[in-house]
Amino acid sequence: MTEEIKLREIVLPGQEIPLKGLRPGQGVVVEKGRAYSMYLGVKSVKDGVVSVTPLGGRYLPKLGDKVVGKIMDIGPTYWLVDINAPYVAPLHVNDVPWRVKEGELQRYLDIGDLVYVKVSRVSEVGQTWVTMKERGLRPLRGGFLIHVVPTKVPRIIGKGASMIKLIQEGTKCKIVVGMNGRIWIDCDPEKTMLVIRVIRMIEREAHTLGLTERVKKMLGMGVGEVGGDKANG
Amino acid sequence: MEEIKLMDEEGRRIDGRRPDELRPIKMKVGVLTRADGSAYLQWGKNKVLAAVYGPREVFPKHLQDPERALLRARYNMASFSVEERKRPGPDRRSIELSKVISEALRAAVFVEQFPKTSIDVFIEILQADAGTRIAGLVAASAALADAGIPMKDLVTGMTVGKVEDTLILDLCKEEDNYGQADLPIAIIPRTGEIVLLQMDGHMTQEEIDRALDMAIRGAMKVYEIQKRALLERYERLVREKEYIADISEV
Repeated sequence: MTEEIKLREIVLPGQEIPLKGLRPGQGVVVEKGRAYSMYLGVKSVKDGVVSVTPLGGRYLPKLGDKVVGKIMDIGPTYWLVDINAPYVAPLHVNDVPWRVKEGELQRYLDIGDLVYVKVSRVSEVGQTWVTMKERGLRPLRGGFLIHVVPTKVPRIIGKGASMIKLIQEGTKCKIVVGMNGRIWIDCDPEKTMLVIRVIRMIEREAHTLGLTERVKKMLGMGVGEVGGDKANG
Repeated sequence: MEEIKLMDEEGRRIDGRRPDELRPIKMKVGVLTRADGSAYLQWGKNKVLAAVYGPREVFPKHLQDPERALLRARYNMASFSVEERKRPGPDRRSIELSKVISEALRAAVFVEQFPKTSIDVFIEILQADAGTRIAGLVAASAALADAGIPMKDLVTGMTVGKVEDTLILDLCKEEDNYGQADLPIAIIPRTGEIVLLQMDGHMTQEEIDRALDMAIRGAMKVYEIQKRALLERYERLVREKEYIADISEV
């Protein structure tokens, strides 16, 4: 498995990227026939296109991403949702699963409420629209919200959502992970703290092997009885 | 005032350096968790912290530009950064430096990519010992790169000066205060553009030509330190194939 994964080079802003017949893609600028990286990021080649994905920073919305947002403002026919991106994203009344009468938006979602939504459109300049019309998308009532670096989200979800499923089974908590680095946890306080400790551990040690085993150990799984209260310390 | 001897007969400077020798520089990127990007720099006795937020919505809203991002840098000296307590808050000098640093960074960032947003850079001088505008700028440009902001290249810089009619690189406090001239400069190494150039004191045209040459060579050394600091942050990742593959799949 590890053999298939090719090591990708880390590049710096302004570093020249040899094209060698490849086309420049995302994160690459061409000036006077030579290509340069725009980001501190990883270089990747796919279908004859070289691109650079930034390693850190803000969440950049991508079509189809499911994110955790916060209602910032209410307009006549839409809510404005902060999704931790450069722009706030409007959520139109036609994009929610309820029939909302004009002027009654506040009865459904109020300022400060959390929502689990999907990015439905991204314009060239980065303006983003979100929707709640899909199974699983919903307002998130109660619970607790934490933030992680968006680039580490895939590690928290795990291959085929294995990691997040493990945490959910081990704690019986409701957990929603947004691609924008926001994680919502609904549980009793002790379990919530445990989940946060596990997520912080994954975030810190995302690059190491045997992560799943350590997560299991923290959750008190696979060592006799599952997660007794004492195991949570 | 009693005359200070800034250079001895052998051409050694007051702190023992040769004319073209830099002070020791140490840099670390990603030191703050709340900021989108950050950097800490020790340049001789200077200690500088830079933090970057954004791109984010502009406040106050009337400042937003529908065509490009607003890049606002704030240079600020801590009250304890200098010998005599500095009165906190912006003064004439720090407002000027904020302006020139903002302009220098703006030249390197692809501001057109994030219209209607602002990128805010905060530079805090914790300890000052001459050359803080360049130190602040160098830290800020690394912090921008750390924040995942698209840039032409890093911005790097250097100060040249003149003491005892000799051109010297990277002035220290005494040389700055009692020297004949100092000239800070910032460049974008990839394109060779000069994005900041100021001067205090007097130099002949020939001296300026030589000074620029010296400064650019010195700045390239700083550039290497910036690049190393940025790579060090992700050094662990270079070794860990799996993680790198993971994030680029997203």
